[in-house]
Amino acid sequence: MKNIYKTLSKLGVLLLALTMISCVSELDQEAPNDGNQISGEEFFKDPSSYKQFLAKLYAGLAVSGQSGPAGSPDISGIDEGESQYIRGLWVMQELTTDEAIIAWNDKTIKNFHYQTWTSQDLFINATFNRLDFQVKLCNEFLRQTDDAKLNSRGVDDALKAEIKTYRAEAKFLRALSYWHFLDLFGSVGLVTEDSPSQFFLPQQASKQEIFDFVETDLLGAMGDMRVPNPGSADYPRADQAAAWMLLGKLYMNAEVYVNTNRYSDAMTYIKKVTDESGYTLAANYDELFLADNDRPAVRREVIFGVAFDGLRTKTFGGTTFLTHAPVGGTMAPAEFGINGGWGGIRTTSAFVSKFDDTGVDSRAQFHSNGQTLEIADVGNFTDGYGIKKYKNVDVNGNPGSDASGDFVDIDFPMFRLADAYLMYAECNLRGGGGDNVTALNYVNMLRQRAYGNANGAVSNINLNFILDERARELHWEGHRRTDLIRFGKFTGGSYVWPWKGKVPNGAPTAAYRNIFPIPAAALGGNPNLIQNAGY
Amino acid sequence: MKTIYNKLLFLVLLFPFSILAQSTFTGTVLDQASNQSLPGVNVVVEGTQNGTSTDFDGKFSLNVKKGDVIVFSYIGYKNYAVVYASQKDITIVLQEDSSQLNEVVVIGYGSVKKKDATGALSTVSSEDFNRGPLVSADQLIQGKVSGLQIINGGGAPGEGAQIRIRSGSSLSAGNDPLYVIDGVPLDTGGGAVQGGRNPLSVINQNDIASMTILKDASATAIYGSRASNGVIIITTKKGKSGDMQVNYNANFSVGQITDYVDVLSAKQFSDFVMAKGTVAQQGLLGTANTDWQKEIYRTALGTDHNVSFSGGLENLNYRASLGYSDLNGILQKDNFQRVTLNVNLLGKFFDNHLKVEFTNKTSSNKNNYSERGAIGAAVSFDPTQQIYDDTYGYDYFQWLGSDTSNPADGIPDQEVNAGRNPLSLINQKTNKGLQYRSIGNVQFDYKLHFLPELKAVANFGYDYSSGKGYGFTDANYVVLGERNGNYNNLEEKKNQVMDLYLNYNKTFDALSTNLDFTGGYNYQNFNYINSSFTNDVINNVVNQGASSNETVNLQSIFARAIFSIADKYILTGSIRRDGSSRFTEENRWGNFPSAAFAWKISEEGFLRDNKVVSDLKFRASWGITGQQEIGKRYPTTPLYLNSTETASYQIGYDANGLPIYLQPYRPQPYNLNLKWEETKQLNLGLDFGLFDNRITGSAEVYKKNSSDLIVFTANPQGVGFSNADFYNIGDMEFKGVELSMDVYPVKNETVQWRVGGNITFQDAKVTKLNLIQSADSEGIIDVGGISGGTGNFVQNHQVGYSPNSFYVFEQVYDAAGAPVEGVYVDRNKDDQVNENDLYRYKKPSADFYYGFNTDVSYKNFDFSMSWRGSYGNYNYNNVYSNFGSVSTALPGNGNYLQNASSNVLETNFFTPQYSSDYYVQDASFVRLDNVTLGYSFPDALGKGKNLRLTGAVQNVLVITDYKGIDPEVSGGIDNNLYPRPRTYTLGLNVNF
Repeated sequence: MKNIYKTLSKLGVLLLALTMISCVSELDQEAPNDGNQISGEEFFKDPSSYKQFLAKLYAGLAVSGQSGPAGSPDISGIDEGESQYIRGLWVMQELTTDEAIIAWNDKTIKNFHYQTWTSQDLFINATFNRLDFQVKLCNEFLRQTDDAKLNSRGVDDALKAEIKTYRAEAKFLRALSYWHFLDLFGSVGLVTEDSPSQFFLPQQASKQEIFDFVETDLLGAMGDMRVPNPGSADYPRADQAAAWMLLGKLYMNAEVYVNTNRYSDAMTYIKKVTDESGYTLAANYDELFLADNDRPAVRREVIFGVAFDGLRTKTFGGTTFLTHAPVGGTMAPAEFGINGGWGGIRTTSAFVSKFDDTGVDSRAQFHSNGQTLEIADVGNFTDGYGIKKYKNVDVNGNPGSDASGDFVDIDFPMFRLADAYLMYAECNLRGGGGDNVTALNYVNMLRQRAYGNANGAVSNINLNFILDERARELHWEGHRRTDLIRFGKFTGGSYVWPWKGKVPNGAPTAAYRNIFPIPAAALGGNPNLIQNAGY
Repeated sequence: MKTIYNKLLFLVLLFPFSILAQSTFTGTVLDQASNQSLPGVNVVVEGTQNGTSTDFDGKFSLNVKKGDVIVFSYIGYKNYAVVYASQKDITIVLQEDSSQLNEVVVIGYGSVKKKDATGALSTVSSEDFNRGPLVSADQLIQGKVSGLQIINGGGAPGEGAQIRIRSGSSLSAGNDPLYVIDGVPLDTGGGAVQGGRNPLSVINQNDIASMTILKDASATAIYGSRASNGVIIITTKKGKSGDMQVNYNANFSVGQITDYVDVLSAKQFSDFVMAKGTVAQQGLLGTANTDWQKEIYRTALGTDHNVSFSGGLENLNYRASLGYSDLNGILQKDNFQRVTLNVNLLGKFFDNHLKVEFTNKTSSNKNNYSERGAIGAAVSFDPTQQIYDDTYGYDYFQWLGSDTSNPADGIPDQEVNAGRNPLSLINQKTNKGLQYRSIGNVQFDYKLHFLPELKAVANFGYDYSSGKGYGFTDANYVVLGERNGNYNNLEEKKNQVMDLYLNYNKTFDALSTNLDFTGGYNYQNFNYINSSFTNDVINNVVNQGASSNETVNLQSIFARAIFSIADKYILTGSIRRDGSSRFTEENRWGNFPSAAFAWKISEEGFLRDNKVVSDLKFRASWGITGQQEIGKRYPTTPLYLNSTETASYQIGYDANGLPIYLQPYRPQPYNLNLKWEETKQLNLGLDFGLFDNRITGSAEVYKKNSSDLIVFTANPQGVGFSNADFYNIGDMEFKGVELSMDVYPVKNETVQWRVGGNITFQDAKVTKLNLIQSADSEGIIDVGGISGGTGNFVQNHQVGYSPNSFYVFEQVYDAAGAPVEGVYVDRNKDDQVNENDLYRYKKPSADFYYGFNTDVSYKNFDFSMSWRGSYGNYNYNNVYSNFGSVSTALPGNGNYLQNASSNVLETNFFTPQYSSDYYVQDASFVRLDNVTLGYSFPDALGKGKNLRLTGAVQNVLVITDYKGIDPEVSGGIDNNLYPRPRTYTLGLNVNF
């Protein structure tokens, strides 16, 4: 009897031990079992993964997360729509200028126009984080696609060749975001695919270092990018012309960024865009901002665009924001192909006055019915003229693909040929080379298109004219702040516009506001970062 | 040989008779309350080993001699002693012991007598539960226990609650306590699923025998990594030996709203618009006089029935119950229905050496959630508009846009920015939930035949739940994109648990020491499955949500030893080693030890016969507990996440010129270094009983230090895959004092009057919050998102302050005391007012909270009352800030009007001033939660068949200075709370 007990208890102990050993392995939970979340190892077994990862680098400019329009955000600490790349960039580049003013009560958003922002600003922090997110994605893509990794995964040569192009595009996208960093924040941490992939504290790079990095990286990568092929079936992927355009912009603002005159280098790349790329102007100005602006005839002007779709690429940022936010008052939402406006954004009288021929110039898309020209109350939508630029309708006036009228199809033109023409003219005027006949011709090509005839043609141009012409042609496309800074008119008192400096008629502001503060959260996260002077 | 043996035995048995004249004492033992016989009662001659226990019918027979003192004892009952004087067939009536000190309380993997407990724990048993139409366990003990704060989410039936034991212990990870139901530990926060409301509503309140709250580390550390936030152990009722008992309990309730949000009346609003609005806005005014809040609320009726059968056969005790509840909410259409089934079987075999216990709790809930948006809409919808308007086929009046072209039917669609008619929200939108849950276990408890001191226990349990939330919108609803739309969210949770442990309990007489040792192994596996879709009818697409199937595995070994020395000194030590699949192999395991000491001072000679002090015990404990419940289940694994179809990106065109959309993959943030949060807790306690336990109570002082708190904080630029990630960086400090006391001012045959109260002082402070220690940043994490604008926060966590402190501007007031719009104090004196002038002003957590309850029974009447209060807690009145300005009432972004909070007449603010401290208001309160009057009809339906009637009122009154409708808001942001109704309940209880 006793023996049986002994045997039984021994057996019990054995069983217990066995169960425990087999159970302990369950503590290694490798990945969820749903197919939506895959371990890195598993993911890269699939040859199509590289393109799906590349798609995220582009999508980083368009959506705010992995669930459209919201639900699985890329970055946190802010409303998801406000964290979207184009929207964040736009509010910092446009609301801070004479081109736009917003009525909303979202946290500190009105401070942009007043130029009273601080390092605590959530919008500034969100844009900083969005740029950083984009850089980090690109770095990881480059890490995961180096030769050693591809060889270890047995990637075949055909795919390797394709991935080489992807890598060049990843470098372009990273350079784009570093350029935005340089333009908005100046000196920030410089992190690349060679930086540690685990926790560390990056050093702050000087503006010159960031400038050099963007330049070198672009020069190195552009050869591997696709040869320009306007209107091609690869849209909206970036080709060499996008890299040229970015280099052109980097050099053109070099005096601001690094106190160096690089206009002739700028001209070199602008000329490549104007002469070699094959991009051509679209027939009509307004078609560039419609739901079907990805038609070949229109996208031939768009050197680099960010694609949106009302059903497949949904976000509360991007062009959905740019279409809904400026609609209010007596504006009819149907004209914009949407179910209603958000009653936020208008413009100042300073911008309206840039147009001599508001009735004739098709770029003067003002809505004045029910609106006052001057702004008595920033928070009142009907103070200040509206602008009817982005419309979610096709050339025939039919609304975009989302029948509910929430999300729009309009692609955002980040770089387009018209910009290159005006850059040519400006560079020429600043002694960067080229010839002034071509410069004048380029300006008049744009004015010809805008007026629909030759009546708008000018016979001579100067720098101030170019600045104003850039406003007329490129307003609300995210260029204005950079342009005003290049012309020394963003801060200070040489140019004031309504509510600059938080007074109705405008007041001078301090020069340190030419760049934004490094967000307090970023400083808190890395003591190596030093705040920009003045903040 | 055999005959000799028998003879010897016979001699031994006869021996006592040969010395003294022995006689046989017989009788029956009955329970005073039910008049039923009590089996298993110990009957012992005092000072001897001579004893027996009552049989199945409560009968006993014992050989005694004259003058013997015979003591009857039974767990949970008061001892009873008689001196034998030749009585025949005596009937002994045992009285249940209301003194908590003799109770047996469950602790993790075992139980102890309350008087021998070394940890800080409180038990509330069923007779002390709150009464009324309550459907979830937490509501039963609200206000009853010191150190436990329960704030329910509002007045909806079965609404979820925020439950905190000693403020919780974490910042970003969960602060919910661990629930253990009949030995099955549930998932975080009780394990809510889609379609359900309060996860604890799964257990029928009538089936709960007791709830024990484990507070200090000595009590909780045996649950190791799941115990940082305290533990609530729920024990359900079990069958008792004897004939079948049937109990039927029914409640009928009527609930009514007590207060409405103060908004402008139709007349006031009309005057307001005529005075301040544009001509166009004046033209929008209607002519009706609609009080929208009165329209959306109703008198809510509810019923709750429960029938239970219990009893015992020779080897088997059983209890089964069936419950049905059908409760309406005061918001139109809101309804909660529940069916519960609870079975408990306890079998005893092999001379009671093997006990097998089987339990199962199954519930099926059906919820009809009426659209909650109606609550806010009723506050802000224009009171001059009529309810119904069928001009365009929408049935209800709605604000309409000018557009009739999309679709081109000539009918204007919704004004996008306007609110919707509250009644249309309720009646044209349907949101429902179904929830099924089954919790069960089987436990084998085997006392070894050859070594009865050693017990082997094997417990196998599961907790399965599935839920479905679904809804649809009517075809004539005004919002184009929502018409005919429907959605469906499915969720499934499978939780398995296995405990294997040994218990050794032996008294070493030579050392006057009892050793109780428990050691074993615990396995838990959690599997979560989710899927969802939304049917976008107008676009004719079904949008699939991201489905997921995730698993978390936890395994542990644990041991505990309790030494009771001379029944005076008790030492407890425990250790648990936990492994979690959330962490990498290097950081996976954590050790969670505890130690405690109790000194039963009243057992010392100098107090033993003291007439005043009947019980006095001092306790001290120390321990470490852990936490791994961060929202993410794979926080240390590099993963790639696919996007939904709606977050695709176009990469080129196909041969037909159609765009090719790819669903991008995103690398997910992870942190290989993540590890356990740890909480060290020190507790000193004193339990006392005075005047024969007419006064009992306890006092606790504690200090908790949480470290390595997992905080979601900013990454350095360039690091990680997002801007923020989880790091073990936070430290917090908690301190508290808890006092509770029960007094019986009168206690005799006819009158029993008990007065009880408890008070909890608490203080919590963030002591570290930085990834990197640097002078630049104090480490701030914004929390407390509010309604109005987007991305507006009014609270944050910061070092040196209570978590969730309000972070606002200091309002400047004019001479008349009215707030000046947009003018704030320049606190840092840099001549400009910006974010750098924000300051921390008050906090949502209370400085102290308290409960006070009393019950009186006089003959067959009983009366009870319970009060609850809180002091030093503040709310941000988001209803005022969001609806209290001219510009929100007269919006510039469309053709519509919005009603305003009456507060606008006081501030005259034009633009909302969300960040003003003006809106942070004192929300201290005293609430009379419950008043109950009952009458019992003993033997009404025959002997032992009792009937009891009760009438109760819940949420009787609130005394507060707070300006919103209800000061009690979890999290401190008051934004359209579902009003808590006053409820009148009539209850009937019959047992036979």
